[in-house]
Formats: sequence, structure tokens, C-alpha cells
Amino acid sequence: MIRTTAKKIYIALIFIFLYAPIATLMVLSFNASRTRAKWGGFTTKWYFSLFENREIMQALWNTLLIAFVSSFIAVIIGTIACIAINDMSKRNRTIIMGVTNIPMLNADIVTGISLMLLFISLGLKFGLGTILLAHITFNIPYVILCVMPRMKQISPSTYEAALDLGASPVRAFFKVVFPDILPGVLSGFLMAFTMSLDDFIITHFTKGAGVDTLSTKIYTEVKKGIKPEMYALSTIIFVTVLLLLFLVNKAPKEKA
Amino acid sequence: MDQLSAQFLTFTYRRISSMNKELINLIDISKSFDGEMVLDELHLNIHENEFLTLLGPSGCGKTTTLRILGGFVTPDKGRVVFGGQDITNMPPNKRQLNTVFQKYALFTHMNIAENIAFGLKIKNKSKNYIDDKIKYALKLVNLDGYEKRMPDSLSGGQQQRIAIARAIVNEPKVLLLDEPLGALDLKLRQDMQYELIRLKNELGITFIYVTHDQEEALTMSDTIVVMNQGYIQQIGTPETIYNEPENAFVADFIGDSNIIASMMLEDKLVSILGAKFACVDTGFGHNKPVDVVIRPEDVELTKQPEDGTIQGTVTHLIFKGVHYEMEVTANGFEWLVHSTGMFPVGTPVGIKVDPFNIQIMNKPASEDEEAVGVEE
Repeated sequence: MIRTTAKKIYIALIFIFLYAPIATLMVLSFNASRTRAKWGGFTTKWYFSLFENREIMQALWNTLLIAFVSSFIAVIIGTIACIAINDMSKRNRTIIMGVTNIPMLNADIVTGISLMLLFISLGLKFGLGTILLAHITFNIPYVILCVMPRMKQISPSTYEAALDLGASPVRAFFKVVFPDILPGVLSGFLMAFTMSLDDFIITHFTKGAGVDTLSTKIYTEVKKGIKPEMYALSTIIFVTVLLLLFLVNKAPKEKA
Repeated sequence: MDQLSAQFLTFTYRRISSMNKELINLIDISKSFDGEMVLDELHLNIHENEFLTLLGPSGCGKTTTLRILGGFVTPDKGRVVFGGQDITNMPPNKRQLNTVFQKYALFTHMNIAENIAFGLKIKNKSKNYIDDKIKYALKLVNLDGYEKRMPDSLSGGQQQRIAIARAIVNEPKVLLLDEPLGALDLKLRQDMQYELIRLKNELGITFIYVTHDQEEALTMSDTIVVMNQGYIQQIGTPETIYNEPENAFVADFIGDSNIIASMMLEDKLVSILGAKFACVDTGFGHNKPVDVVIRPEDVELTKQPEDGTIQGTVTHLIFKGVHYEMEVTANGFEWLVHSTGMFPVGTPVGIKVDPFNIQIMNKPASEDEEAVGVEE
């Protein structure tokens, strides 16, 4: 009895420490008072003023555009990579999988700075394009991480069976292999979308002046002094990412 | 003579002559994977309407041979000729062969009808044609009415039938079967053997069948090709392979047998374990070392030891249902004997063998042909 109560308290404490800061943020986003110190009543006005702020809306649009396009391109490149990796000998496969895992473990700041240096040396103009390139780069490993297990599961003979029945290699892939790996591809897309959405550091180093995503916009605003709109914006981002993560975890299970 | 019987005669004649016509020639095929030789100058002719089985232990090259025929593996050397046309480098989707894979390889996200229609849709056949074909194929494999079922909801045996149906609707000239019964249980496997023979007769096409199961091979085949370590050991009818194995490997792989190193004294006389046995083989020369194969059911035991050609003692006895399996030690060799008569352990007996049942084989010429480390 005491042991189960102690367990429950322990778990409750963990969740309080984990989520108290976010809960505070969410509560403050509905606070009518401008200061953090006192509760001025419930309001949703910060949300409205947020949506009226043209710069923030531009940043939101940039964020969604980059997240969508970068994950879409990363899914294509990542899936094609998986086909090739799956065909490799065991030794080469282990090496390549190791190499693709490194960027995920690498510190974001290192990735960010190295991409920035690369773009400078290539003479690229910093802006949406460079952010996009950076996001595609760091998204590919996540796609491979999601697609590869599905790829290994499917038997190579279904692809061969399709060829045997007269399908061209491309047709065999889209008719037979792709439907089987689709759950992995979808969760790879959602994963990449989430990663792109909440990235700050890499975007910070690869964006040009005047181009902002939500995270860099919040950072700039916070430097000038925290406005309650930022609480509202952070709340929206948190909820969106939460929903996407929920979808990512849900997607593969439905098929299985 | 009336017209009908004339037609029948022509038909019969055509069947017989087409049986002899060569359809596929594998010419000096060699293949190695990662430096390991899997096939070494394999040469094989396959006829129209033939049920040909590639039989051998795992790693003997039988599956590689089938995959070369299907187009999934390109040989390092040699040519594949199909109906006079060189198809060595033709991709699988252009070949007039269809394969039934070991693990069925059904498309799990399509229902049975869509699975069967797959090949026909690629060939842009009309909807009516496809529907008729699906009906026909499902009837042929005894699964009428399964059109809307999903592959997951079928048993292993049913999935295998669908895989066969999916292949044959494309009217291939040759059906390749890669150990299709390997995953089924014994009873189902035996039923499917009869099914396959029936299918082959109804379709009138060539079946090329890969298996490591000698019983399957003996039951179904017109021709058996016994393979080991990338070489063909023997090609022949099931009867020839069983009764006249060409070497110790074939004898050992097909059924139980007593293989004894012996000496050919002269024509029709062989010395086995020091005793002189009459046999029917000639032309081996004088005092030539040979291997002798005697099937366990061909060993006769006599009550009076002196009635036998050599004498021994029963050392093991097991009841097997139809017969008793015994081991008789005679002149230092343990003879495996199958007999309906029972001799208790410890009984002294004589051993007799009919001259027709003694199969003489040359000793392996090279190390490659030697049957070493073979496990069934």
C-alpha cells in the first residue's frame, strides 16, 4: 500500500517538474494582465493580437512552408536511400546506417555553424533557400530511421514476384513495395515535419537577415522584452508539436 | 478411318513429339557469389511438357539455377537459350516464365482477385478477359469464391494455391517452383503433390521444380536432376535415379542405402567385404576398386547363416509399421536391412542379395564429385 502510494507520488513529481514550466506558460498566455506577477483575469486577446501581427504571421507561413517542403523532399531522398541501403551487403549497410545516424546525435550548433560555413564558401545567398537546404539535410536521417525498419520487414520476393508477372522495376516499386513501406514513409514525413517545425539553432545560423521562422522570431522578440503574445505563440507551437508527435506514434500501429 | 480418330492420332502424335522437343538450354553456366563458386559449367536441356526437378542439399546450386532461369540472377559465364532465343540478359519482366516463390510472395495489400489480376492488368487485358481468367484459375486450384478475401486470412496451403493461380493466368510456357511446399505440414504437402501433378497435366506446360526433398522429387517428376556443390550428379527418371544411382552421393541422397567399398573381380563378379557376390554389371575390368550400392529392402536375411553369401549378427531392431528396420553386423560392416520378417537382436543370420539388386559404381574421379559432409 505504502509502496504503491510512494510510486504514485514519485511519478506525479516527475510530471510536475517536466510540465510545470509549460503549464505556467500556457496559463500566462490567457492572463489579461501584462505583467507576469499578477493574474488579471482570463482573456484570449493575446491570441487575437498575435494573429493580427503581420511579421509573426509571415514567420508562421515561412515555418510551415519550410517544414512541409523540407520534409517532402527529405522523404523522397530518404526513401530512395533506403532502397539502396537495403540492397547493400551487410557490412556496407552497417557502415552507412552508422554514418546516417551521426547527424542526429551531432550537436545542433555544430551542424548549424558548419552548414553556415559551407553556404558561405559556396557563395549562396542566405534566405529561405538556405534554411530549406539545411532542413532537408538534417531531416533525411530521421526519414531513413523511420523507413528502414519497414523496408527490412518486407520480403524481397514480393518485388521479384511483381517483376516476374511482367511489371517494370518502377511499376513494381510503386504497386508492390511502396504500399508496404507507406506507414514508415508517413511517420518519417511527420517526424521530419516536427523536427523542422521546432528547430531553432540550425535555422538561426542559416537564415538571412529579415527572414524569420517562428522560433527565430520569438527569439528576436524576447530580446526586446517579453510580450504576452509570445506566450500565446509558444503555446500554439507546443500544442502543434504535441499533436504531430501523437500522429507519428499512432501512424505505424494502425497498419500493424 | 473416320475423321475423329484421325484427329486424335495427330493430336497424340503431336503430344509425343512435343514432349521430346527441347525448350530451354542452359549452356555452360557458371556463377559465383563473393568468390565462392555456386555453379560450375552447368549444362542442362529442358524439354516441353516436362516435369523437371532440381534436387539436392542446400547450397548445391539448385535455387541459383532457378533464379538464373527466372532472370533474377545473371550468370558470370554461359548462355540461357529459350525456344532458340538467347535470353541470358533479358530482364525477368520480359520473360515468358512465371515463378511460384517459396514464401508465396502474395501482395498483402491486395485481395485475391487483385493478386491474380496483377500480371494481366500489366498486359492491358480487358476486364471481361481478366474476370474470366480469375474464375478459371481459382477453379483450377479449388478455391472458387475467394476473390474478395485478403491473403492474410488464408492458410499457408491456400496462399500457395493462390500464388500458383497468379502465375498460371499469364499462360507461361514454363512454371518455375522454388520449394513451394517447404512451409507446409506433411499431410498438406502430400495432397499438394497430387494437385501439382494434376495441374501440370491439365495445363500441359513445363514445370521446373526445386526441392531438397527426395520423396517429393520421386513422386512428381518426369526427370530428376540431382545436384551437389554446383555440379549435376545425375539426370534421369525417378526409377533410374533410385535404382541405378551413378555415384555414392546420389545413392546416399536418394533414400537409404548400403554403400560399400568393394572390388570388381571380373565381369559379373564382385567381392564385397571379402565374400564373392554375383552381379550383372560388366566392363569394369579386373580387380578394380568400386563402390557398391545395395538398397536396404534388397538385402535378404536367411534363418540358416550358411544359406547366405556372408554371415552376421542382428545388432538393432526397430518396428517401422510396414516393415522392420534392422542392423546386421557382418564382416565389420553394419548392413541396413528393411524386411517384413523379424529377427531378434543377437540372432545369427545369413545375407543374400539378388544379382540384379547390386548396383556397381565407379569410385569418384575427382574430389569435386565426392559426397562429403552431406546431410539430408
